[in-house]
This record gives sequence, C-alpha cells and structure tokens, in this order.
Amino acid sequence: MLTPAVVFLAIFSIVPLLFTIIFSVLRYRLLIPGVPKFCGLQNFIRLFADSQFIESVGHTAEIVLVVIAITVIGGFLLASLLNHEMPAKRLIRMMVISPFFIIPTVGALIWKNLLLDPASGVFAILFKHFGQTPIDTFAVMPMAMIIVIVCWQWLPFATLILLTSLQSLDMEQMEAASLDGAKSLDNLRYITLPHLMRPMTIVVLMELLYLLAIFAEILVTTAGGPGSATTNLTYYIYSKALLEFNVGTASAAGLLAVVLANLVSAVMAKNIKRSVGL
Amino acid sequence: MRMQNHVLMSKGKVFGMGCLVLLGLTSLLVGCSSTGNKEETLNIAIVNNADLVRLKSLSSVFEKEHPNIKLRWLTLEENMLRQRITVDTAVKSGQFDVISVGSYEVPMWSRQGWLTRINNPTLLKQSNDYFDSIKKLVSYQDHLYTVPFYGEGVFTIYRKDLMEKAGIKMPEYPTWTFIENTAKQLNDPSAGVYGLCMRGKAGWGENVSLLTAMANSFGARLFNEGWHPEFNTPEWQKTLTTYVRLLQHYGPPGSSVNGFSENLALFSAGKCAMWIDSTVAGSFVTNPKTSAVSQKTAFAFAPNAGLGKSANWLFSWGLAVPAGSRKAAVAQEFIAWASSPEYTKLVAKKYGWASVPPGTSKSLYANPQYQKEVPFSKATLMAIEAADPIHPTLKPVPYTGIQFATIPEFQGIGSQLGRHFAAALVGTESPKAALALSQINAEREMTDAGYIK
Amino acid sequence: MNHDKPNYYAMTLSAVLALLIAFPLIWMLLMSFKTDFNAARNPLDFSLGMWTLKSYKSVFKDQAYFLYLLNSIVTAFGSTLLALALALPAAWALTFAPSAKRSGVMIWILSTKMMPAIGTLMPIFLIYNQLRLLDTQLGLVLMVAAGNLPIIIWMLFSYFKDIPFGIIEAARIDGASVPKEIFSFLLPMAAPGIASTALLSIILAWNESFWTLNLSGANAAPLTAFIASFSSPQGLFWARLSAASCLSVAPILIVGWLCQKHLVRGLTFGAVK
Repeated sequence: MLTPAVVFLAIFSIVPLLFTIIFSVLRYRLLIPGVPKFCGLQNFIRLFADSQFIESVGHTAEIVLVVIAITVIGGFLLASLLNHEMPAKRLIRMMVISPFFIIPTVGALIWKNLLLDPASGVFAILFKHFGQTPIDTFAVMPMAMIIVIVCWQWLPFATLILLTSLQSLDMEQMEAASLDGAKSLDNLRYITLPHLMRPMTIVVLMELLYLLAIFAEILVTTAGGPGSATTNLTYYIYSKALLEFNVGTASAAGLLAVVLANLVSAVMAKNIKRSVGL
Repeated sequence: MRMQNHVLMSKGKVFGMGCLVLLGLTSLLVGCSSTGNKEETLNIAIVNNADLVRLKSLSSVFEKEHPNIKLRWLTLEENMLRQRITVDTAVKSGQFDVISVGSYEVPMWSRQGWLTRINNPTLLKQSNDYFDSIKKLVSYQDHLYTVPFYGEGVFTIYRKDLMEKAGIKMPEYPTWTFIENTAKQLNDPSAGVYGLCMRGKAGWGENVSLLTAMANSFGARLFNEGWHPEFNTPEWQKTLTTYVRLLQHYGPPGSSVNGFSENLALFSAGKCAMWIDSTVAGSFVTNPKTSAVSQKTAFAFAPNAGLGKSANWLFSWGLAVPAGSRKAAVAQEFIAWASSPEYTKLVAKKYGWASVPPGTSKSLYANPQYQKEVPFSKATLMAIEAADPIHPTLKPVPYTGIQFATIPEFQGIGSQLGRHFAAALVGTESPKAALALSQINAEREMTDAGYIK
Repeated sequence: MNHDKPNYYAMTLSAVLALLIAFPLIWMLLMSFKTDFNAARNPLDFSLGMWTLKSYKSVFKDQAYFLYLLNSIVTAFGSTLLALALALPAAWALTFAPSAKRSGVMIWILSTKMMPAIGTLMPIFLIYNQLRLLDTQLGLVLMVAAGNLPIIIWMLFSYFKDIPFGIIEAARIDGASVPKEIFSFLLPMAAPGIASTALLSIILAWNESFWTLNLSGANAAPLTAFIASFSSPQGLFWARLSAASCLSVAPILIVGWLCQKHLVRGLTFGAVK
C-alpha cells in the first residue's frame, strides 16, 4: 500500500539525485560541445573557493531565520488580535489570508512595480507627499525587500494556523487559573504557549521546507543582485546552471544543498516526530 | 448524534469530492483532446520585445492564409527565454520550431550545428536587401542561419524642448563631455526631471551592453589579442567612473535596477532630459499613445570620447529554426511571411510606419514614406550603417561583436560583470574594486576555458 | 481573550491590519482598470474617465490566456488526483498498518521535499527530453504531484490518526477486506480531511512556479508562465500586469473564499479541530 507512493517519490528524487552526483564530478558545460570529462572534486573545490557560494548559503540562512521569526511572532500577535468577536469576521479573515493564495511571481511583481517603484510606486507617492525623496529600496536594501515580500506571503499562513489553535484553547482552564490568582502573563506562559507549541512547530516546518527554496521572488525582482546581495543558494545554483550553463558546478552546489537540507531535517526530526505524534 | 452528524456531513463531502474528481477527469480529457494531430502545429518561442509581440498578435493573418498550420507561442523575458532556448537547443529536444535568436547566439550556435541552415528560396532572395553589418551578424561561413527580424543600434534620445529652454544645441555627434555638461544643466530633480537616464540593471544584455559599448568609445576592449581580459586598464577605469558619476549625480533614483523598459517608462513620462539606449526606443517615445513627450523628442548619434569609436552597438533579433525541430520547412514558411514586405505593409497599415520592425532592410530606409513618417529613421540608419561587428574597437581584438564577445563564456563573465557594475553604481563597491574583481573572475573563467594558456 | 464584551480597540486594529495586508491586492485590482499609461503616470487618479476595461481586453485578446487557464486547471486538478491516489493507500498503511520502520519512512518522505529542485533541473530536463515529456500536461502533472506528495501524505496521516481506531478495528473483526475497509469505512469518516488536503494541493499546484516554468513550452504552460512573461517587458505594462494577475489569481481566491473552513483544517494538519 505504501509502495506506489514510495516508488513514485523514489523515481523523482533518487534518480535525479544520482544524475546530480554524476554531473557534479564532471566538467560539463552546456555550450561547449564534446563529451563532458571527469574532473574529480574540482567543482567542489572551486565552489568553496567562490566567495559568492559561501555568501549564498549565508543569505539562505538569513532569509529562513528572519522570515520564520517575523512570521511566527507576528502571526502570534495578529492571531491574538483576531481572536475576538468582531463583525465581518469571515471577510477580515479572508483579507488576512489572501497573500497566501497569490502566485509568488504575481506577489513579487506587484510589490516591485506597483508598490516599491521609486518613481511611481505607492510608497514613492507617499514619500513625496511628505516631502521626502523616495528611496530606491531594491538598490539600497534589496535583502530587506525580499524578506518583506516573503513575510507578506507567509504571515497569513502562520496567523491562520495560530488563530485556529487559539480558538480551540479551553477558556475554562484560563478562567480557573485566573480565579486561582494567575496573572495574564502567567496564563500566556503556562497555558497559551504550550498549547501553541504543536501548531508553531508545524508552521516552522512548512515554512522551512519552502523558504529554503525561495526562488521565483528573487528571479523576478532582483535577479540575485545588486552584485550578489540577494543571491540565495537556490538562485546561485540557477545562475550557474541556466545563466552560465555550467552544469558541473551547478550539480556540485545542488549536491551540497541536498546535504544541507538533510542536515536541517535531521536536526528537526525529533521535533517533527513529536509534533505529529509519531 | 456525533456519528450521525459525521455521516450527514460526509455525504455532502463525498458529493463534493465526486464533483472534484469529475471536474479533474473532464479537464484531463479536454486537455488531452485539445492536442489534435490533423494540422501542423508550430511552436514558437519569442522574447517579449514589442516587435515580436506585434508579430504574435498579427499572426492570425498567417493562420488564415494557411489553414492547416496552427501557431503556438511562448513569450518570455529575455534572460528567461535565453536560458530556456539554450537548454532546449543544446539537447536538441525539438520543443520549439521557431525561436527568436539574438545575434550573440547566432555565430556560436551555427558553428555548433544547433541551427538549421536557411534554405527557403524566398528567404534567400530577401537576404540581398539586408544591411551589410546585419548580414554579417546572422551568417556563418557565408550561409544564412537566422533571418533578422529587426536590428538596433544606439542613439542619444533627448528632449528638444528642455534643450531649447536652456539654450543648448545638440550636435549630430555629441561627446561624453558634452553629455555630462548638458546633463548637469538640465538636471532638475525638484521638477522631476533627471539629466541623464541610462541602463543600470545587472545583466550581460542590460548594463554590460551599454558599458561595453561605452568602453569601446573610450578606447577600451574586452580582451586583448591573447584573450587576456582588460578590465584593469585605465580605459575601463575611466569608463566605469564616468558612468557611475553621470548616473549618481544626474540619473534618476533606482538606476541600478532600471533596464531598458524602466528607462523607457521614465523617459515617456517626461522624467529624463536625455536617454542613451537602443534605437528600438524610437517608436515608443514618439508614439503619443505611450509617450507624454512624443512631440518633444529628438535624436542624435551615440556619444563618443573623440577617439574614433562611439558608444554604438549592433544587435539583431532574428528568427531561426533549431536543429531539433521536425518541421523545418513549415517553420521557414512562417519566417518567410514574418520577414516579407507584405508583413511590413500589414504593420504599417495597422500600427503606423513607426512600428514597422526597424533596422534590417535597406529598401525600408530608402522608402520616402518611411522617411517622412518616422522621425527616428535617419538616426537609426546612421547607427546601423556605422556599426562594425568585425572591428568593434580601436585596438585589435580576437573576438567579434561590439557590446559582447561572441564566445560562450561571455554569458557567464558578462553576468558577473553586470553584478559588479551595478554594485559600483549603488556604491557597495568602488569602481576600482568592481573592475578588479571583474578582472579576477574573467581571468579565471578564460583560463579555465582554455583561452589563456 | 475576553469573549464577553466587544473589544472595539481589537476590532478596529484588526480591520486596519487586514486592510494593510490585503492592500497590495486591492491596489492590483484598482490598477487593472486603468490603461498602462495612467497606471504609471496617474496612479492616484480615480476619476470617472480613468476607469477602463482596455487592459482586460488586451489580456483576453491574447488568445493564449485561455490555454494557460486550461493548463493551470489540468495541472492543479490532475496532480491533485494523482497525489491523492498515491497518498491515500500510503497514509492508510502508515496509520493503520504500522511497522517498525514507520518513522524512518516518514522522515525520508519529508526529506524528498527538502531536495532543492534547482539542483535536479538538468537531470530532470534530460530525462523528460528522452521520454518526450517536455511541454506536455502529463509531464507537468507528474512533476507537480511529486512535489506535493510528501505534504499530502503527511496531512492525510495526521487526519487518519484522529479517526477512532475502534471503528476500523470492528470492521476488521467483521472480516472486511482492505479495499472495503478503506472505501466503506475510512473514506467517509475522513472525507472532510481529504477535502481539505485536496484543496491545499490544488492551491499549491496552481501556484507552483518552478517546474511549471521550466518544463513547459508553448503548449503546456500554465498561468504561472503567463505571468512570467510580464517580468520585464518593453514599455509600460503595469495595468496589463495587474489585469493578467487578477485573472490568474482570481480562481484560487474564489475557491479559497468559499472553502475557508476546510482550508484551515488542512493547513493545521488536523492538529486543531
């Protein structure tokens, strides 16, 4: 019963992985005709000597950590706020979740052009209205902008999960604790947060899976730049594979990315098992 | 009670699931059936340039004239398209029958046998009408491998009203010094007008093209005769410092992410006093529907530094048939229609002469109606005729190509260059550092690739 | 968290924040009713003369929009069906027929999602080329399903876990065969969970922006590729971008609006009832 799914996944993961391993030890450049030659660990050595590669790993970590922090904390705050009676609850909830439904490239293009454009974007207009010169955000703080866009896309997800979890919080337990003299901060610490541990873990897990591979947003806004300021590991591999057509180096980097991702998942394994009750 | 609710609810959900399944199956069936085999389908991949997009929108005329040929299009932005087509062409996957190919790829791909030699008699006859410079771009060993769809050079676009108001007269062949002084005088950010707009977006087809052409005018070259990169020469130093100075002082904010399109939007909105870029811009900035300054625009030659070369370039987007295509003859039929005088007349009738694909055919520029209706025709003609892709620089070079070198490694080197140039513009790297880093990277690439022994 | 008296402060703040979060989309909708020129030149001008359907018309005139839409629908629904067909038995086995290796298999399944797609692009591209799967709907359906399968298995697993085992046990004691156990007992009880999972799968497939861009050409490209053509075209394009974007995200937004509750269940892996 498990077999079909496992076989299917294996075909789509193990087979390409094998190819990637093979390519990573070849000198394989798409534009140069001829059979690719074996070159040992040269691709890997060149990778570690390439400051851009190291930088891209750092950028990946930056995006992952900052976005998770902002979305989890922000999600918690927003969820607490929304956890009240209010009119048009469905509408408000929909508005808060809406960024999650948007195709990533659409979201990124809307932000880059309609909102952040330093000449005619909404922020530029606001700046000018208050007598300031608009900032070219993508030039001055490109990574911050990428993070803003990604947070905008994922905050709804975190909020929704935490809100639903909050709503299932047993009010009687809280009231009983209050009667016993507990202050609201204690309630937060001893009742609410533990209750939210499991959904928070799920949020972190899902976001981890997708944030490590952020690509489309960078592609259509900064193309990894200026310089390599917003190149994360995925974009680095892309630039090696599809801009420089250097399949050997790209495969080597891809292999290292797989190792990195598996390390992360090994570290998270205990948490994952606990939260889904394995 | 709970179980009952569950069952009731689940009946509804089962119905819902059933609908989902039905919808899924239906769409799969519809999807499968829509790929009919009775007609010939041509898969065409083009870059999203206005002229090619126009070709796509007029292609229904071709389909009417050829009822058994169906056209399917893929339009992408240049970088994305280039890598899709390169990968596709390199593995000869046959996904596309007609592709738009830039003059960077043509020499390399023809040499590697990735393009089909053009043998359609109509196309061969038409080729006699091409400009010499264009013909050199699209041929390999005297055979035609790409049919040029349009050609472009560089010119200086400027606001004649602003110049008049400041009492400045634009010479036919302005120098960089003149441009700088004029930009200084016309720069008025408080009124929303910037002295000079130029490309800053990182990309070997974006800022690198401009800077390489600019470098040529300052006497620099990409590689010397021994294929050694020359980014550490005083000529490149002067080029990059001038460029950074011009844009930082007189350019609009956000220059480092502005490519051709963004600058076009700025100039059309009246925010640039001058703009140095591709001659393709001509039809946009003079069109009252898309440009607020259509009546106030004039054109001059690309700037020079008095050394004999100007910041001009030559580029052509053409239509070619990848070697993996199984429908080469039909594909060439379509290309013949797209590059025919009939098509030109069709565009002229529907969109006006200014929108006709420019820069390839001598007869178009000799046409008095074209000369009359198109204010940028003379400037474009001058740019195309003056370009020399075989001898692009003052000092001799082992490569061809003006704003790039037609070697496969240039894409990679160019991408790195673009990033460093953009960083210099933003200020995160000094021009000196940017060039030094570019030099190191280029030397490594060229050594790895075996050019430098 | 007081449910007794209305907290006006919280209500207002919520409304404001909701508006701010949805603002980019509202703005996108507004810009779609302008011309490209006005979207860039006069973005704040909402007088009567500024409203037009021209941008939408130009998107529809581009006949390919309907092809892209069809491809998006086929990819989204097709991959969901395939993934569910594979995941249902797998999740059943993991929940109701556990073995010692269970947690190992589950972690492995999740780790396949951790593989950066970009690293496998060339191998996949070459394999697809050999199998003539490039630029086909089937090729896209397979790839997108493979990408979503781990999440779907995990979600179904977490729903099945909550099914009272007693009922399944009773069915087994009554001698029900495995298919009967699944179809007559498990599916009806897990139907809401399966619906939520299917919904999430459709959304993830609709928005998938990597494989759909790289494995499709002129025939199988879905809406994600359509939008990619707007990433930096020549000339002014904001209004057309907005119109195309609205047309590309509207179907999913509508589905999301109608099925909010299911979505919530789905996203929380059933962790919250």
